[in-house]
Amino acid sequence: MTRLGFEYGLQYEPSQENILTTPLALVGDVARLDQPTGIRRWVTSTNHKDIGTLYLCFSFAMFIVGGLMALTIRAELFQPGLQVVRPELFNQLTTMHGLIMLLGAITPALVGFANWQIPMMIGAPDMAFPRLNNFSFWLLPPAAILLVASFFAPGGATAAGWTLYPPLSVQMGPGMDMAIFAVHLLGVSSIMGAINIVVTILNMRAPGMTLMKMPIFVWTWLVTAYLLIAVMPVLAGAVTMLLTDRHFDTHFFNAAGGGDPVLFQHIFWFFGHPEVYILIIPAFGIISQVIPTFARKPLFGYRSMVFATCAIGIVSGTVWGHHMFTVGMPVAGQLFFMYATLLVAIPTGVKVFNWTATMWEGSLTFETPMLFAVGFLFVFVVGGLTGVILAIAPVDIQMQDTYYVVAHFHYTLVAGSLFAIFAGTYYWLPKWTGHMYDEKLGRWHFWLSMIFLNLTFFPMFFLGLAGMPRRIPDYPLQFADFNMLASIAAFGFGFAQLLFLYTLIKCVRGGPKASAQVWDGAEGLEWTLPSPPPHHSFETPPVVA
Amino acid sequence: MTMMVHLRVMTIAGLAVPGLALAEGEARFGLQTPQTSVARQIYDLHSLLLGISIVLAVVVFGFMLYSIVRHRRSIGHEAKQFRGNTPVEIVWTIIPCLIVAGMAYPATRTVIEMKDTSAPDMTIKVTGYQWKWRYDYLGEQVSFYSDLSTSRAQIENQMAKGKNYLLEVDNPLVVPTGRKVRILVTANDVIHSWWVPAFGVKQDGIPGFVRDSWFRVDTPGIYRGQCAELCGKEHGFMPVVVEALPEEKYQTWLAEQKVKSQAATAAASSAAGKSFTLDELKAEGEKVYGHSCAACHQPNGQGLPGAFPALARGPVTTGPIAGHVDIVMNGSKKNPAMAAYKSQLSDLDLAAVITYERNAFGNSMGDMVQPRDILAARK
Repeated sequence: MTRLGFEYGLQYEPSQENILTTPLALVGDVARLDQPTGIRRWVTSTNHKDIGTLYLCFSFAMFIVGGLMALTIRAELFQPGLQVVRPELFNQLTTMHGLIMLLGAITPALVGFANWQIPMMIGAPDMAFPRLNNFSFWLLPPAAILLVASFFAPGGATAAGWTLYPPLSVQMGPGMDMAIFAVHLLGVSSIMGAINIVVTILNMRAPGMTLMKMPIFVWTWLVTAYLLIAVMPVLAGAVTMLLTDRHFDTHFFNAAGGGDPVLFQHIFWFFGHPEVYILIIPAFGIISQVIPTFARKPLFGYRSMVFATCAIGIVSGTVWGHHMFTVGMPVAGQLFFMYATLLVAIPTGVKVFNWTATMWEGSLTFETPMLFAVGFLFVFVVGGLTGVILAIAPVDIQMQDTYYVVAHFHYTLVAGSLFAIFAGTYYWLPKWTGHMYDEKLGRWHFWLSMIFLNLTFFPMFFLGLAGMPRRIPDYPLQFADFNMLASIAAFGFGFAQLLFLYTLIKCVRGGPKASAQVWDGAEGLEWTLPSPPPHHSFETPPVVA
Repeated sequence: MTMMVHLRVMTIAGLAVPGLALAEGEARFGLQTPQTSVARQIYDLHSLLLGISIVLAVVVFGFMLYSIVRHRRSIGHEAKQFRGNTPVEIVWTIIPCLIVAGMAYPATRTVIEMKDTSAPDMTIKVTGYQWKWRYDYLGEQVSFYSDLSTSRAQIENQMAKGKNYLLEVDNPLVVPTGRKVRILVTANDVIHSWWVPAFGVKQDGIPGFVRDSWFRVDTPGIYRGQCAELCGKEHGFMPVVVEALPEEKYQTWLAEQKVKSQAATAAASSAAGKSFTLDELKAEGEKVYGHSCAACHQPNGQGLPGAFPALARGPVTTGPIAGHVDIVMNGSKKNPAMAAYKSQLSDLDLAAVITYERNAFGNSMGDMVQPRDILAARK
């Protein structure tokens, strides 16, 4: 009975704020008994922290896989001519690099943060649906296996680009079907994870924690989870239509059968553009936790941060057409999508100003999390401003499908999302492991990443402006010098991440004991728990004043 | 010390280099020299946007850097506890609105001009194929394919690369200067994108649909671009080359093309009745194979396992001749990557290439196809 009370804690009326304490207080000892060890701990885990760890480890493994693909691409592009890979394999690598990094590395890393942090930050014992949580993680490894194994299918992995545009994707071999099934699995996983996050946030907050008292990271995940629920089914629909076009002659996207290839692009980008905000909004949340800690003052403009996050989420659903300015949409369409896209600049600008104002008149120190957060601010602004330039339809038509776009989205995804993930990892690692990481190695990791990131991606702006298309295995001679620079720096960036891995392992295995507070400027419920936190984070809900 | 490094890296990465881009204004750091009024507007818009972005970046980075330098705990700075400032927040919400509106206004004018394809002086249909372009001069009876002319040896690093490596074709699109040229862009197989940076024109070619765009070139010259939409294996190897000629020279060129195309039609009709020997067909077929088939099926006929079937001892090339003719003319129903070649190749070319495939790469069927067989199959 009491066991049931714990498992199904949510059956209780959420409005009775303290009801959760009763079953938990009763089952505390019982629940502690059921802590499997060894392989069972990980496979059968319903614990938000263990699942969070699984997500983070999985995403790091995918980051290495996707990174090796990127380095193979850069090795081929080191010089003009074909040297390392054939064009068909090159296209497979660019496609898989994109799919694996977006859906296998960045998204699961952010979900890993959500798993670890949301219950601790809202004063809950665990996620609302622990078994669903386990299932949403364990869908990922089969999806990853499908993606990686598709390289060994007849004809290799899909080479249609991560955007999978038909009719090209209809020409692909069975590797394409494997990618479609992988996308289905990843989508199901994301939707279940998102539902879990929404329910957890809306129902399991500690007494007194109103929505407008939630830590900003929790807010960003609430918005992100709604976006996931809104758009992942759309992607699933798009790839399913592709699948039936490929095998059952449905002709959704085949003009000869009355379909329209551009229809796929509309559906894909209706998912795809919110997806890029799914990848950056939780990153905004991490940065909004780190900067106040190391500025030793509260986040500037909490309310406007919340509104800006919601605004970005809502507007993100109306701008997909800016990926399609060159398909030949009418004037009215181009203007609508241009204006809507420009609107995104306003809440994003507000966020950058708020972070700057949070640093202003602070008492700043620059431990590794803060270095990555400040680094994020500088490089994300480059990504953001070039995004505004790309929003202008006539300019975009010139830049579309060139290296300018490649540079732009790597500035927002690598310098944006990835740097925020690094900042968050160093920030919460002492809490998670109970050990301080090696600060010196962390700083090395930051400086190497920062320098090589800019040397890799900044030259790509020039390549794009000068007219180098993306997704080409070989290029005209005038692009040679910047490509060589980008390739060398990309290897530097890659090796810097091995240092990160070493630093992580070193911290997990030992190190100076971390206090509960860890950072003197840190505020929030997670810092009231010991480091590492107990198995069921909060067995008695804390009361938030 | 780390501070200084940080400062320097940020200055180099964030500010100095785009500054150069503005100053030099050439294809190394910035957009290519524009050749049409639309491209000039795009160039100016980009310069304006880049200028605004640099100012914004300087202001934002300036505040951040000031704070990083002066508000450090290590120099004893104490934190001031404030949570917001409504007037300031309103101001920094309104200012971006105004900046964005200021950007949208000139851009709107350019969008409208770019899309105005009315009243053209001439119209050319552009069709993307895997992996070449076809140009049809509407109403002129002139049409031709435009294929990469860079040699395989250069691509495979067996030969020094020429100046226009990957940006050269056998038959460039030729247009007159000073005339409004409307292009109708479509595609035969997958989506391609016809792009000439100096013209500010990038238009996707979508199979089954026709989209249009336009340009008017002022200066005679040769302008180069590339396919901009991933279209398969040889996407990086289908350049766009446009040669702009003064009106008179253009008319001369056009007249020559008409003569050529009439000669080709005459040759084709005389070929229709003629019987060729196996060796004649094989010799002709080898040429056709080189530009139309070798990219996928490979020069040695071995194909690429899993993606493109081998022709050497393949079931089609060593099977019944009717099946072979059908798949080359009408494409494969099983594998959409195998295009229908009946509209791309002449009767003689089709007869020759099919004969060649049946008698090369170790295949020795000994049979052959005559142009009249193709003519019959077309009916």
